[in-house]
Amino acid sequence: MRPFEYARAGNVSEAGQLAGRFIAGGTNLLDLMKLEVEAPEKLVDITRLPLDKIEDTEDGGLRIGALVTNSDLAADPRIRRDYEVLSRALLAGASGQLRNKATTGGNLLQRTRCGYFYEPSQPCNKREPGSGCGAIGGFNRIHAILGTSDKCIATHPSDMAVAMQALEATVETQKTDGSTREIPLIEFHRLSGDTPEIETVLEPGELITAVRLPKSQGGNQVYRKVRDRASYAFALVSVAAVVKMDGGKIEWARLAFGGLAHKPWRNHDLEAALKGEAPSSALFDKAADILLADAKGQGENDFKIPLARRTLKAVLAQATKGA
Amino acid sequence: MTTLKINGVEHELDIDARTSLLDACRDHLALTGSKKGCDHGQCGACTMLVNGRRINSCLTLAIMHEGDEITTVEGLGDPDNLHPMQAAFLEHDGFQCGYCTPGQIVSAVGMLGEVADGWPSHASADLENGATLSGDEIRERMSGNLCRCSAYPNIVDAIETASTKLKENA
Amino acid sequence: MNKHVMNEAIGETRLDRGTQGVIGKGVDRYEGKLKVSGLAPYAYEHLAGEDVAYGFVVPGAIGRGAIKSVDASKAEALPGVLAVISGDKITRASSQPMAPAAQTIDGEVFHYNQPVALVIADSFETARHASHLVKVEYEAKKGRYDITARETVREPDPMPMEPVNERGDFEKAFAAAEVQFDETYTTPSYHAAAMEPHASVAKFDGDTLTVWTSCQLLESGVGQIAAGAGIDQEKVRVHSPYIGGGFGSKLGTSPDAVLSALGAMTVGKPVKIALTRQNVFQATSRRGETIQRIRIGATRDGKIACFAHECDTTNSPGNGFFEPSGISSVFLYAGKDRRIAHNLVETDCLMTSAVRAPGEATGMLATEGALDELADRLGIDPIEFREMNEPEVNPQDDTPFSSRKLIECMDEGAKRFGWDKRPATPASRREGEWLIGYGMASASRANSLMQSSAEIEMSPDGRATVRTAMTDIGTGTYTILQQIAAEMLGLPLDQVDVELGDTALPPSSGSGGSWGANSAGSSVYVAAEAVIAQFAKRLDVEADTLTLKDGHAIAGNRQIPFSEILNGESLSVTGTIEPGDTSESTHQASYGAHFCEVAVNAVTGETRIRRLLTVGAAGRILNLKTATSQCYGGQIWGIGYALEEELVIDTRNGLLVNHDLAEYHVPVHADVPKLDVVLLEERDRYASPLAGKGIGELAIAGVGAAINNAIYNATGVRVRDYPITMDKLLAGLPDDIDAAA
Repeated sequence: MRPFEYARAGNVSEAGQLAGRFIAGGTNLLDLMKLEVEAPEKLVDITRLPLDKIEDTEDGGLRIGALVTNSDLAADPRIRRDYEVLSRALLAGASGQLRNKATTGGNLLQRTRCGYFYEPSQPCNKREPGSGCGAIGGFNRIHAILGTSDKCIATHPSDMAVAMQALEATVETQKTDGSTREIPLIEFHRLSGDTPEIETVLEPGELITAVRLPKSQGGNQVYRKVRDRASYAFALVSVAAVVKMDGGKIEWARLAFGGLAHKPWRNHDLEAALKGEAPSSALFDKAADILLADAKGQGENDFKIPLARRTLKAVLAQATKGA
Repeated sequence: MTTLKINGVEHELDIDARTSLLDACRDHLALTGSKKGCDHGQCGACTMLVNGRRINSCLTLAIMHEGDEITTVEGLGDPDNLHPMQAAFLEHDGFQCGYCTPGQIVSAVGMLGEVADGWPSHASADLENGATLSGDEIRERMSGNLCRCSAYPNIVDAIETASTKLKENA
Repeated sequence: MNKHVMNEAIGETRLDRGTQGVIGKGVDRYEGKLKVSGLAPYAYEHLAGEDVAYGFVVPGAIGRGAIKSVDASKAEALPGVLAVISGDKITRASSQPMAPAAQTIDGEVFHYNQPVALVIADSFETARHASHLVKVEYEAKKGRYDITARETVREPDPMPMEPVNERGDFEKAFAAAEVQFDETYTTPSYHAAAMEPHASVAKFDGDTLTVWTSCQLLESGVGQIAAGAGIDQEKVRVHSPYIGGGFGSKLGTSPDAVLSALGAMTVGKPVKIALTRQNVFQATSRRGETIQRIRIGATRDGKIACFAHECDTTNSPGNGFFEPSGISSVFLYAGKDRRIAHNLVETDCLMTSAVRAPGEATGMLATEGALDELADRLGIDPIEFREMNEPEVNPQDDTPFSSRKLIECMDEGAKRFGWDKRPATPASRREGEWLIGYGMASASRANSLMQSSAEIEMSPDGRATVRTAMTDIGTGTYTILQQIAAEMLGLPLDQVDVELGDTALPPSSGSGGSWGANSAGSSVYVAAEAVIAQFAKRLDVEADTLTLKDGHAIAGNRQIPFSEILNGESLSVTGTIEPGDTSESTHQASYGAHFCEVAVNAVTGETRIRRLLTVGAAGRILNLKTATSQCYGGQIWGIGYALEEELVIDTRNGLLVNHDLAEYHVPVHADVPKLDVVLLEERDRYASPLAGKGIGELAIAGVGAAINNAIYNATGVRVRDYPITMDKLLAGLPDDIDAAA
């Protein structure tokens, strides 16, 4: 870990002006700093900022402060009641200890678990742009099958963000000049493309202050995570589903996927194909066909293609049961 | 100078900003009960309670914990006066080599607090209503604490015993 | 000299009589209170609060090549850095068990992330950062990383077994067999992944070196440290009172042991080094990956005529150790013509060495799967098939078995488990999304006895203290030595203290190969017998006529407290056990049987263990609680080996890709249901004076195969490439997913 200057932000506007890397839970940042994969010159401790509340919004939704821990968010009665998919996703992630520390804002900024990203002696375009990609042609069991580039095939490891994607969340931020903006979560993360080191649309010094959930539209909510051990493992494939049924037909469906891409994945064509249809195995296969039309295995992760199909079908079967 | 309140005692420390809460205890305060198993939040051996909640002390900086109430395994009990969780681990052979044990014990104490607060887990069939402490619930909630000697079955038994005992004491 | 050589079967002993009533009982661990309160000091934790320096290993950045230069100037310029040590003497990896010394790097890189230098600084944080500032230039060479490429194949060393064991003419018999079974199984590399990363603290007092380290075998460890540091062995004392798990990975000293000594020598103050978790994966030792071909010739009615188990495994240059996967195949099942053979494929990866149950842990994943497959093809129940092929004597050389309760274990297990309710055909039982299957497998673990010594000191008040340079790696050594001494001497447990883990104490077998309890325990037995002989002499009676209980000697109608016999003086005796003729005249092993019920998810192929029962027979059980815990450990390792664990080698460059505990998956709580262990009554009077056999590694042997066999029963998919991850099952799972959900 390189030496760094440490500053504690007293208020939100000061945080950005301190011009450093924000640290809150620290569970991923310190992990990477110990390996010098991350090496900020300055850390701005934002844990004392008043961003740890979950507030009702005027439109009937929730505004989740960026410092709300994963544990507190998962346990919040409103989340458990109206946004079950989010609670489930959070509880499927990490461990009790990590969830007690990890924050809402930090979780969105989690970096990939790619073994080549974590090993400084290996080429990695994300860690060291232009150095190459160790995972292509290497051990890529956990890697992406959708939206990859020839520069990077890493996945985004979050469960929380997948559920938030299906809930159509937006991210509230504050820039260094004090201005604020709202970014739809679907636009927040980027694909790897030619610049895998740039993972979000955040500007330097821009602070996530909250995540906003729109009013719950009800529907059946399912989060299913498939992984290599029963707990405390990252998703190979995960599916978040919010499905509204009406008279035996799918009124609308929102689906998001983890473990498949550089960002939590959503496919509007897939959702459109489900809309107004009666659930059936053929329909679910069609949905999977749409999802996986451009899927590309990298060798070790080829199995994710059938696994994603099977998991999606099972989730749809479950989420389309009942009214 | 950083002031850390650990097991009810305040310690003044002049430490490198890079020092983890775990290393502050182990290298600077001779509190070696909390263990370093991975230093990356992957094993749970370093688990401490901060303001009553369990965390991986390896993944947090000591300087970020001024004003917090920190509890390590040494703060739960000592050989002559074991905490019910420690006594239950001994009785049920909830350890072998003993290295993950302080983390397991502190984690279990923190976990019981989470259950008491009605927090659900991945193993909870019903999200909305408070959790009950079944074997499956314990196993899921304790999965952040690895034990390579594999004392898991005995740890689950120990936690069930301690939970009953703590309820009786309460 | 109080020595017992195991040349013949032991008769009835005080342990059989059990007058004090403590032997075998599941008493709490001797050191348990210290461990649960965080007060048992592990290696790194010594000299806490003292003025020490911290060492940090610099890992190399290529797979194979030469070190052209090491530029430490930037690191050395960093305030707080005390020294950077590089050069030929840097330790390459752990020492092989009982080797005279660890290998040194000698200007080369032999495996990816091999240590190339050591930074010493006044704080851990500074040392860690400085390690990134050491610039090393390499001249890369082409490395060999892929076992399947077989670029260099050589004979391994004949340890712990001869690499080739043949009898009769296997090829001829196989060609003539009515039924020919021929399948190949593969197991990946594994890591012991003990929870305590290898660590050492080295301190010089004048020219005397004290090292606190985490080491299973202190007798050889002290020599390895002395050799690496270049000082006389007589000047080195090693302490290892508490060890946070070893599982073979701490049989030989790890690089931190020598490096901390070199560091302390260089900077003139004590040096602490705890390997990082990444270092542990990269620079200690690992279990070799294997490719195992099994051929069995049988009659149509199920008699095995011939058996061959041919194995490839790997090691690095200069290392002859091999994973002896065929170790059980030599004696487990009948068959006149036999061939058990091992080849070593030399690769440029981290050296391979002993990990919990070397041989059985990998070999029985293959053989016990093969037995199940062949039974299935023959249409015979797998238990019946094994019982039909139970040999009367060791089929390799006709020596008698010292004791063998394999059939009893299978029968008892079948009864308890409800084996008769096993789904008759594969993939026939389904509960919603889950496919249910049963499987079983045999377990065996070769037994051995090692030379070991212990002192018992009787203090004038009649208390006993046991002292030996033995170690307790979590197996329960402190506790069983206390129990043996208490039972033999007739003392309540709280009147017996145990001191371990110090090379100033009588030399011991150390912990490894499941020999520790029998070897160190027998030395305590011998010492206790010597104490009793002294007591008898002083009381002028025959030792055999003395009854000892609750600190009193009872002779005829006399009852004399020990303090009276000791007459104000202490009494110290040392006892030694030595293996003898019974090691040759009998074949000794522990046996068991595993029964498993799995549920495999029909959608995803995720496997969950529902029930797991192990019935074992390992001679006298010294402490039912710690012995059972050892078996749980073996079972859970079996779950890991069957379902999750795989140390992935990038065959392009030798990188061990998943070198941490996030990506090298060991089982977590949620992977493990309530387990069942049953230990049968047995005494093996040829094995040791305790009539016990090794148990620490028995339960891991075969358990993964029982899980595999259950997965086959659940799904109809047979996987021969461990671990059985979902990707290997998906293609064979049912397609009616909507019905499943």
